[in-house]
Amino acid sequence: MKHFDVVIVGAGHGGAQAAVTLRQKGFDGSIALIGKEPEAPYERPPLSKEYLAREKAFERILIRPKQFWSDKNITLELGAEVVELDAVSKYIRIQDGRQIGYGKLIWSAGGSPRQLSCPGSRLPGVHSVRDKADVDGVMAELDNGARQVVIIGGGYIGLEAAAVLRKLECEVTLLEALDRVLARVAGEDISRFFEREHRARGVDVRLGVTVESIEGRERTEGLRLGDGTLLAADLVIVGIGIVPSVEPLLRAGAVGKNGVRVDDYCRTSLHDIYAIGDCASHKNQFAEGSEIRLESVQNANDMANTAVRHILGDEHPYRATPWFWSNQYDIKLQTVGLSQDADATVLRGDPETRSFSLVYLKNGKVIALDCVNAMKDFVQGRKLVEQQACPDLARLADALTPLKSLGEEGSN
Amino acid sequence: MSSVTVITREGESVDIGFEDGQTLMEAIREAGIDELMALCGGCCSCATCHVHVDPEFFDKLPSMSEDENDLLDSSDDRDATSRLSCQIALSAELAGLRAQIAKED
Repeated sequence: MKHFDVVIVGAGHGGAQAAVTLRQKGFDGSIALIGKEPEAPYERPPLSKEYLAREKAFERILIRPKQFWSDKNITLELGAEVVELDAVSKYIRIQDGRQIGYGKLIWSAGGSPRQLSCPGSRLPGVHSVRDKADVDGVMAELDNGARQVVIIGGGYIGLEAAAVLRKLECEVTLLEALDRVLARVAGEDISRFFEREHRARGVDVRLGVTVESIEGRERTEGLRLGDGTLLAADLVIVGIGIVPSVEPLLRAGAVGKNGVRVDDYCRTSLHDIYAIGDCASHKNQFAEGSEIRLESVQNANDMANTAVRHILGDEHPYRATPWFWSNQYDIKLQTVGLSQDADATVLRGDPETRSFSLVYLKNGKVIALDCVNAMKDFVQGRKLVEQQACPDLARLADALTPLKSLGEEGSN
Repeated sequence: MSSVTVITREGESVDIGFEDGQTLMEAIREAGIDELMALCGGCCSCATCHVHVDPEFFDKLPSMSEDENDLLDSSDDRDATSRLSCQIALSAELAGLRAQIAKED
């Protein structure tokens, strides 16, 4: 059985960053980076944006050039799905039966796209947008002439895909089960803004609708909605979230329900096993210490750094400020902090101008901002979130008052 | 292939080749210099590809957008030579450019 000092399961942003950081910090033990997909680590955010739009070829979204990994003596095991973990004898087993022993294990397997459960959901023509193969599948459908697209799910993935597909001149209908898009992640002003923008560009946004079935004999021909409406569709994109990939960990006894639970140093309840990124359920101080999972590049990278530092004996608890971005059409949305617990919002600027911010507060403290084409607010608002500033609400609402001037007051 | 010179945080000078149209960030990453995070992949959404560019090349660089300017303000290491390397598309005109990777924030 092969053995590595550090085995990293999952070759996405978190796993790649963990391997890179180990070497940067001078670790000279053996490292294996194990990925389920056949590709070397690549950036996931462009999949629903520049890659789908064919503005960036795959080589341009590789996290590091292919040669990098062998140059740094990092063993890439690709096309390898970990199906079992023995936390006592300290080895993992991959789907072809091979076993690999570890000294420390970093689990960064992310998640798999949640699937529809309705009839027809397995028909050809139904696609997720999570990895390169998914998006290659979508692009192949477009090459074969698909033009009537229905997107299920009004989250970031669905909205970003809608923006690209409109640019590619597809007919796009976007279905959301709740009464507004981005309902789980943003305030109503942001939701309504994006709904208007997408509608203005020809997306048929339908809210509060459910999918009864996907219709078609050999492939997708249409969708039946809960109210009986039949929509024609030759391509269906499902963007309804992910299911964290932690089964082998939980079966091996790790604590966790929604993902796997980690402490401040990204340690799971199993000895010598860390978990990072989308699948790591952690107490986040930006969510008042409640246990959450964060699906973002920032979280994957910063957790990778936390786990690596701990492995190297440099203990720094995970306290990174959450931030996030989404690009749709010519709109740049940037988020800092976590808005879910807000009890009030303040709008800075007029959404009609297409440059504004929504500030989220709890008990008078700034906990997050969504900034739309408003980079200054994103940069300066970050400080307000980190300081837990309590600014004067009238001045906060005045887009001409720079946020940095409010932070100084708030911290006084 | 034209080249530019990158100075790492440890002060090492590295000559790296580039292809026309590649950004400086991509060329640095392609060369295997791994200290540049470039977290957002080059879409001008973060400031983790911050470099200091030799002033003698300033007038040849693409102009700085307001977004880039605002993002650079988030860095403590910002000065008059600061740029985001993802916003510098390389061309033959920029061959020989020298850029130092900024301190980590």
